[in-house]
Order: sequence, then structure tokens, then C-alpha cells
Amino acid sequence: MALVLNEEQLMLKDAAAGFLAQKATVAHLRALRDSGSARGFSDEVWAEMVEMGWAGIAIPEAFGGLGYGYIGLGLLLEQAGRNLSASPLQATVLVAAAVIGELGSAQQKEQLLAAIAAGESLVSLALQEGLHHAPLNCAATAVRDGADFVINGGKVLVQDATAAQSFIVIVRTGGNPGEEPGLSAFVVDANARGLRVEPRSMVDSRSAGALVLENVRVPAADLLGREGHAWPGLSRALDIANIGLASELLGISTAAFERTVAYLKERKQFGRVIGTFQGLQHRAAELFAELELARSIVLQALHAIDEGTQDLALLASAAKAKLCEVAQRATNEAIQMHGGIGMTDEHEIGFFIKRARVAQHTFGDYNYHLDRFALRSGF
Amino acid sequence: MSNLEKFRQEARAWLEENCPHSMRTPVKGFDDFYSGGRKPKMEHPDQKRWCDRMAERGWTVPHWPKKYGGGGLDNEEVKILQQEMARIGARRPLDSFGISMLGPALLHFGSEEQKLEHLPKIVRGEIRWCQGYSEPNAGSDLASLATRAEDKGDHYVINGQKIWTSYADLCDWIFCLVRTDNTGSKHEGISFVLFDMDQPGVTVRPIKLISGSSPFCETFFDNAIAYKKNLIGEEGKGWTIAKYLLTHEREMISGFGAAPKKSVGQVAVETLGADVTGRLANSVLRQTIAQYQLDTLAFGATMARVGDEAKAGQGLGAASSIFKYYGTELNKRRNELNLATLGEAALGWDGDCYHGGYLSRDWLRSKGNSIEGGTSEVQLNIIAKRVLGLPDA
Repeated sequence: MALVLNEEQLMLKDAAAGFLAQKATVAHLRALRDSGSARGFSDEVWAEMVEMGWAGIAIPEAFGGLGYGYIGLGLLLEQAGRNLSASPLQATVLVAAAVIGELGSAQQKEQLLAAIAAGESLVSLALQEGLHHAPLNCAATAVRDGADFVINGGKVLVQDATAAQSFIVIVRTGGNPGEEPGLSAFVVDANARGLRVEPRSMVDSRSAGALVLENVRVPAADLLGREGHAWPGLSRALDIANIGLASELLGISTAAFERTVAYLKERKQFGRVIGTFQGLQHRAAELFAELELARSIVLQALHAIDEGTQDLALLASAAKAKLCEVAQRATNEAIQMHGGIGMTDEHEIGFFIKRARVAQHTFGDYNYHLDRFALRSGF
Repeated sequence: MSNLEKFRQEARAWLEENCPHSMRTPVKGFDDFYSGGRKPKMEHPDQKRWCDRMAERGWTVPHWPKKYGGGGLDNEEVKILQQEMARIGARRPLDSFGISMLGPALLHFGSEEQKLEHLPKIVRGEIRWCQGYSEPNAGSDLASLATRAEDKGDHYVINGQKIWTSYADLCDWIFCLVRTDNTGSKHEGISFVLFDMDQPGVTVRPIKLISGSSPFCETFFDNAIAYKKNLIGEEGKGWTIAKYLLTHEREMISGFGAAPKKSVGQVAVETLGADVTGRLANSVLRQTIAQYQLDTLAFGATMARVGDEAKAGQGLGAASSIFKYYGTELNKRRNELNLATLGEAALGWDGDCYHGGYLSRDWLRSKGNSIEGGTSEVQLNIIAKRVLGLPDA
């Protein structure tokens, strides 16, 4: 497949850009933050997204979705990144649906994916335990007890933690931290006895939280996939998640860059606009080149999910590492080139650097993915 | 059988019969390409034989029209011919500035008479062309060139000096930017002329580079003559043609940024070893190599994306303006990593144990990539002004 958008995809992109620029902008994010919203997004805006089919954009038609593939979801996430639109697109549509799609039985998919596509169910992955993404270090446990499993452990950085109706909790049913075998995934109801959700205020004003699981009892039927064999599917779902986050980071970086270039054409010092200075022009031009490379690697990685022909792990880590690098540079330069006004809360540019760092960190940052990219490349 | 399938079978049979076996081997470095001309440089006599046979069918430049000596093939047929040549490992029979640079300019800007006169000789490899652009005081600021052309009725008399003229010592004719008028702005009054280098008023002196080779020359004009029938386009409007050709040249040079066959990381593991987890033993070098390989992958994806966008009629993306800048910088990074990885072996200059010192010579030569055809700094100026719309000082 060619690395270009077809007509249908271009229309989707335009429609998303128009909708989000009106309904879910930085100003809306600021209002959500200042209102102290626990959910972190607007239910009304989410309902409209569901109405447009976005909740099932990448879910196959057989399970009630639109079947647009990940190119389609990637376009939505990029536009969401441009506007810093808060919604369950990341936690539920991108991540949870991918985990269910990779691990679930036919019956589980029919039930869980259809509910997500219909906008009836918000689900979030509970994976990280320490300060950094290290999925194999998972130490939470599930022990069989009759027809049930009993889960104990703690999770952090669970997206949309207060809004989610259920969680996909990654635990050990065997093996030791650091090992691939022994990992299992369970669907746990948010109201399950012994489960405590602790909201955590994060720098990006999005809703996240920690889970504490104390003797949480779940029926064996809520095991996703085979006991102890979650890793291959989870790993692939994390690749998809990271490519989706790379799409969002592409939107964040591009918007921060465009706003900065516009500012360079407007701000005057020494009697002329500062965009005439070569010291700034070359930095902007270099960043433009990096953004074009970033766009290409994201598009190639999105294609790889839909076609399944290439080394997905390599491309996922390449896309995430490159976008972490570029987003960091774009948002840092954005603050620096805006000067003093960029340091104020009143100006919107600061929101971009805040969301960028959380998206960079989620499911592995630059250091994690550059290391993984090198390993997959044979060194 | 479709016409294309028939063409494939005919091409296959003809190539099988006519491509000498010595020409079914890979070229050994830049100096092994055949460029033709009145004083052809050859590593093997079959190079001329192979070129002549292909030229007879117009297949040295298969996509040019037949009336100009080309093969008259459409895009699909050219692709098939390339596939069939690749199938038997056949070399390209002729590589020259005539094909890659002057030809496209003539097809675009030349008169019918000029096309009929010059294009067939390019196809047959009879005339080898060089490019007279840069001058000692007109490098990045090319439009300030000062080589004068004085109007003498049916011809111009040319005085001045060019520099960085690629392979001028081996070339027969030059396509040259000269100043026919210096009363207007510097971009006006430049003309694009062709003339024979084999005349008393032309002197060529090769320049030895830091890499030891001499691909470039200084070229001096002392009352050299260029006939007016060889003025391309209008007098004083040569800058338009110059810009058109610079774009071509930049695309050619940016191709140097493509990924090498064996990755730098793989070479590093073979040379320096890996730990039990498979990670390269030197973690600092490993990170630098990973960054380089990541950027190379993303650059390759960008080349593919821009190509696909052009094919889909979405126009050349803004990305094309970054190719020259990014591709050459990547090539310099790769060469520095070769040195860092191979150590002493990459620092040799001559002799069998250093393979003729090609690693250090390639490394030194790569420094010129971000200077020739417009420096990296000039490319960044172009992106800042034309793509981002940042104002002039």
C-alpha cells in the first residue's frame, strides 16, 4: 500500500479537524482543568464522537466497528494531539480495544469490542507498577481459588482511571518478574470488591490514577486469552498503543511548531520581527525537517499494523522513539522561542509541552524505545 | 499475450544475447561508471561495446523520445527494461551529466534544433558534458557569478573562471552560466550557453581534494568562443534554467543518504562484540548508531512517502525541500560512525590491508556533500523562507 492518504481518509481527517477545532480545543482543556473535573473529558463531546463512529473506528465491522483500520484511528489521534482534545480515544479506543483484540476469545471480542464500539463501555489498561514502563517486571499476582482468581497488587498511570467502568489488569499467574511466561490479563469491574481507584493529578490535566487491588476476586471467565500466555498478544497491543501515541505526539509537535512559527512572524524586537533572525530561522528549518521525517515513520508504522507484513515491534519502537525525540525538541523550542509569554499559564503553548511529556512517558519513553529499536536491529 | 509481456520477452532475449558477461558484474566504486565522450576512460573495453549496443536501440536513455535518439519507451516499458537488466545483473551502460542534468534542461528549455543537435550525441555517449556553475567568488551565492560573455554577432567571447567543474579534464563540452548583462539585479543578465571545451581559450586544471582524488577542476576561459545557436532559452534568462538544474542535482546528491546494505550496527557487533543480551559492547557508540539508523529509516520512509504523494497527484510534498539537507548530513554521520566503529582500519590511506584506504577517502569525500550543490546552510535558508514563509532580514 502506498504511503499516502486515500480520499476516504482525507475526508475523515478534515471532518475530525473541523469537529475538534470547534468542540475540544486547548481552551476546553483549560476549562476542564480549572473546573476540577474528575473525569478529565467532556461526556457531551465524547457522546458526539461516539455518534460519528469514532469509538469503533479501528474495530472490525464484524464486532460492530467501522473497520477503518489504524490509519483511520491514527488520523483521529493526530488531530486530537493538534487540539489537545481530552477523550477516551487513547485509553479505551486505542489501548484497551487493542488488548482485547489481541488476547480475547471470539466470544469476549463479540461482547467487549461491540460495547466499546457502541460507546457503552470505557475500559482502561492497568499495566505499569514502578516509575517506568517495564512490562515484564509485573509483580501483581492472581492465584486460582476454585472457579475464581484472586488478584493482589498495585498499578499506576492508569489512564481515565476515574471514568473507566472496567480495567484490564495485567498480573502474574506464574513465573518471576522479568520473565515472559506467566503473565495473564483479567477484565476487572471498576466496582469490584477490594479494588480501590486513587485519582492522581498529572501534569497534563488528563485523568489518570493508581489502582490498589486487595484480594479482588474475579471469575475465571474474565481471563483474557490463555492463563500465563498473555505476553505475545500484550506485546503486540503495546506496539499498537505506542504507534497511536506516536500519532498523537505528531499532532502535538506539529501544532506547537506551527504556533511557534506564527509567533516568529509576529513578535517584534530590535525594530523587526524576530523571524528574520537566521539564528531562529535555521532552528525552525531543522525542526521542520525532523517533523517531516516523524510524519513518514508514523505513517509507515500505521500501515504496518493494518497490513501486518512488516516487523511491527521494530517499527513501533522506531516511531515512538522518533516522536519522543521530535516532540521533546518541538515543545522545548516552542517555549524558548515564545520567550517570557511562553512561561505564563495564560498562554496556551505550555499545555503542549505538558501533554507531550505524559504521552512520551506512557508505555515507554525515548530511552526505552531507542534501546528496543537497537535490539530489534541486531545490536 | 499482452504487449508489455511481449516487450519483456523481447528485451530479455536481446539482453541475454548482447550484454557482455563482463558487464554483468557490479561496478567497483565511482570511477568504474562509464561516461563515454571523445576520450573515454575505461576499466574494461567491454564498457564501450555495451554502451554502443544499448545506444543503437536508444536504451542508454530509454525514456527519451525516439526522434532524439532515445528508446521512446513509456514508464511501464522502462520499468520492465530495468527489471530485465537487474535480472542478469547488467550494469547501466552509460552514466553522465548529459543524461542526468543537461538532457532534462534541453528537453524543457531547448529549441527543436538544439534538441536534435545535442540529445542524440548524449544518448550515444559521443559527447561527455560538464557543468560550469560555481566560481571562486560565487559559491553559495551562485547568482553573483562574474564570467563575462561579450556579444560578437553570431557568437560570444567568454572570459572568466569556473571552479568545482566535475570531471572537466575528461569532458568534451560544457553547459555554462555566463553573465551577458550586469546592469540589472544579479539574477538577471545570466545566460545559459553550451560550448566545446576543445579550443585554445579553455584551460582545465584538476583540483586534488583532501580525499586524494580529483573529481573536480578549475576551468579558465581566455577569449573562449560560444556560438549563439547554442544559447539555451532567452539571453539574460539563464537563472531559471540554473534553478531547474540545481533541483535535479540536489535530488541526485540526497540519494547518498540511503541506508547501506549491511547496517552500521551489524558491522559494529561483528567488530566490537555484544554482551549476553545482544547489546553492542560499547553503550555510548551503540546509542549514536541507533540514532543514526533510526533517522535513516525515517528518511527512507520520507523518500517513499514523497514519491507516493507525487504519484497520487498530491503534488510534491513540502518534504522534498529537506532531502538535500538531511540526506547529506546523514551520509556524513554514517562515515563518522565507520571511523568510530572500525578504528585503525578506517584510518589507513593506502595499501592492501586498508583496501586502498577507501574508508578514510569516502569519509573525507563525504564532507563535501553538504557543501556542493548548495550548502546545508543554504538549504535551511530555503526551507525557512520558501516553506515556512519566514521573512527576509
